[in-house]
Amino acid sequence: MSFKNLDQLYRSVIMDHYKTPRNKGTIENDSINIEMNNPTCGDRIHLTLQVEDGIVKDAKFDGEGCSISMASASMMTQAVKGKDVETALGLSKTFSDMMLGKDYDDSEDLGDIEALQGVSQFPARIKCATLAWKAMEKGVHEQEKS
Amino acid sequence: MINQEIKSYFPILNQEINGNPLVYLDSAATSQKPVQVIEALENYYKFDNSNVHRGVHTLGNRATEKYEGAREKVQKFINAESAEEIIFLRGTTTAINLVAQSYGRANVGEGDEIVITYMEHHSNIIPWQQLAKERGAILKYIELEEDGTISLEQVQAAVTERTKIVSMVYVSNVLGTMNPVKEVARIAHENGAVMVMDGAQAAPHLKIDVQQLDCDFFAFSGHKMVGPTGIGALYGKKALLNEMEPVEFGGEMIDFVGLYDSTWKELPWKFEGGTPIIAGAVGMGAAIDFLNEIGLNEIEKHEHEMAKIAMEKMGGIEGLEIYGPKDPAKRAGIVTFNLNDVHPHDVATVLDMSGIAVRAGHHCAQPLMKWLEVSSTARASFYLYNGESDIDRLVEGLRSAKEYFNDVF
Repeated sequence: MSFKNLDQLYRSVIMDHYKTPRNKGTIENDSINIEMNNPTCGDRIHLTLQVEDGIVKDAKFDGEGCSISMASASMMTQAVKGKDVETALGLSKTFSDMMLGKDYDDSEDLGDIEALQGVSQFPARIKCATLAWKAMEKGVHEQEKS
Repeated sequence: MINQEIKSYFPILNQEINGNPLVYLDSAATSQKPVQVIEALENYYKFDNSNVHRGVHTLGNRATEKYEGAREKVQKFINAESAEEIIFLRGTTTAINLVAQSYGRANVGEGDEIVITYMEHHSNIIPWQQLAKERGAILKYIELEEDGTISLEQVQAAVTERTKIVSMVYVSNVLGTMNPVKEVARIAHENGAVMVMDGAQAAPHLKIDVQQLDCDFFAFSGHKMVGPTGIGALYGKKALLNEMEPVEFGGEMIDFVGLYDSTWKELPWKFEGGTPIIAGAVGMGAAIDFLNEIGLNEIEKHEHEMAKIAMEKMGGIEGLEIYGPKDPAKRAGIVTFNLNDVHPHDVATVLDMSGIAVRAGHHCAQPLMKWLEVSSTARASFYLYNGESDIDRLVEGLRSAKEYFNDVF
């Protein structure tokens, strides 16, 4: 059986991140520590970020979930590391637009994230891809509030 | 007789999904509906629609007759002693909540115990958690055996004289386990507790006799037994229901209304506040007629057979783990599994691309997932319209999923 459509979803970059996730683990001296789950399916992410002077110095994730959610978490941590918080939130907006099939801002180099574009064709899987980004956004907003 | 002809009554099954004929293996989530049920709903709205229990006009009477006629069908379907013992509600969740909020609040006090098991659906956990918190009561869980069954020794150990309510799923929506609920009810009664049965996965598949089971409450949903969504029923023993206070107040459920006080209607209407789910009940009645036509014993036999074949054929796939009892005779047509190294969501997506619908996730049973030490699983559930060819398609799909992920890795 051939699965041409599936190849749009499971791009090799995604499977690579799933198999060998970047930034897996937790940061000891974190400034943001957030856990989030997807209650409909049980995917879970624990995200720790170290933010100093408005810059994301380090980002690590832990958790369990499907290939899409874990690969997306890996890519997200890679993408936001070294960026200022505003840029990180901007990337999150770009990513959300990409998932919704909208035109998205590609002025920032999206790198590996672009491989996730195919997920937008699989409505049931969009939430898998956005989990890590939602966690990042929530963590940043909670820190801003405090 | 269960044969390929049955499938032809279900129009939805005759379609292609992602270029392949649909194989629907998610009936434990909700079943598909035969034309007989769809037409009953349509005809009700086309010819009989009116509000019930009021008005003198002909349509009002016709709607009332249909609604109450459906109640009698439900009564016979589970062999309740009288139709007053059948309360139409939105479904199993609402039914269990009614028992918790009405019977529970009145009878469970500080230090009392409510006993459930590790294999409950969230709908048979959270209403009791809330009740226990509110009343200062203790919620106890019966441990499962290694093979995902319940032993009566464990039940004996958990149920004490402080136990006021024992609530247990008849057929597990994850493990497929058929629990010895009748024996559990006996133990509950010996200790002065009432027995609540979550029948959501049992009523569609087995002949239910509430008198023989001697349960005090039995909750189930129409949509899992080829009926429409939004309708279900709670059976309760008349003596208990009579003592219980309604939890929803308003139209339909009242007798006399004064400025500061009111009285309630008789059973079962005192629990059915507001315009009832008339069309839903009519649809559920039609679903019962359909199932009776085939025979619940035939359906049960067919499902054991499906479980047996599925377990044999799926067991041949290397790296595939099946959860729950190994003996097909101990389970209904539900097979929950994981494929080595491939996350259940990914399995479900690959199967969907082949036109096969299975469920992936925690199946509204997070404590059970914890017990199984997995975060999620995939589940294939079978019903009367599934045949061996569906299992073959599933096995073929699973093999492709394995191959696909081995290739991309």
